[in-house]
Amino acid sequence: MKVLQVIQSAYRATLEEQDDTIVWITHAMKGAGADLEVLLRGSAVNYAVLGQDASGLSFGSWRQSEPPKIAEDVAALIKKGVGVFVVEEDVAERGLGNARLVDGIQRLPRAGIPALMDRSDQVWMW
Amino acid sequence: MATTITFALMDPPYESARSTTAFRLIDIAARRGYNVNVFAYEGAVATPFAQQKAHPNAVHGRDAAQENHPLPKDWVAALMQAAAQNGGKLDWVNCGLCVDERGVAEVIEGVRRGTPGDLWRMASESQGTLIIGTR
Repeated sequence: MKVLQVIQSAYRATLEEQDDTIVWITHAMKGAGADLEVLLRGSAVNYAVLGQDASGLSFGSWRQSEPPKIAEDVAALIKKGVGVFVVEEDVAERGLGNARLVDGIQRLPRAGIPALMDRSDQVWMW
Repeated sequence: MATTITFALMDPPYESARSTTAFRLIDIAARRGYNVNVFAYEGAVATPFAQQKAHPNAVHGRDAAQENHPLPKDWVAALMQAAAQNGGKLDWVNCGLCVDERGVAEVIEGVRRGTPGDLWRMASESQGTLIIGTR
């Protein structure tokens, strides 16, 4: 079975979780033998942008020493053989057309989404 | 062969109508005798938390018994019972790490602890999977 993970709700509790929970569960399921691809759409396309820095969170004497590094987590998925796509119109609409994205990420026009879905047995919209 | 379907839930109890909608769908499946898998992820692991307690509601002018305040853990138990009565099974798996970070390990009977690998296995054995994520 092959599943396409569609991620569109971005930065949902990422500071508390130290990661994006869907990117994380994709890593975990890949480790369990899952055959997965990931589509980043909407605001989640920003996960592919290099140079993000979520450090500096502190409350009183508590400091977060290990902030989320979601672009690195996305890059690690690609290195594990998970195909990761961004919707190129969503990238452009957010002014990220010239931003440097994670190596190996694949830009997909919106019109290409049906074909991407069609090659998976299930599509999971997170 | 009995139909098997899988749900992945993410919302914590008492926060979203999506949870109630998910329960309505699971109820239909249970009444049809389907085998239903639920993988509770993130806040949804508090849904079968055993320490949920009903409360009175002064706005309604009712005590706890009169108010009959809904407890999601009771909904889970009722759905497990309904599934069994109709020849199916509700297998509810809580993401273990999500449980630990929320301190909600005390759950009702029949709920088990698992990993994302359980979601993958359950989905692989199902005719369909419905993801009801947090927005």
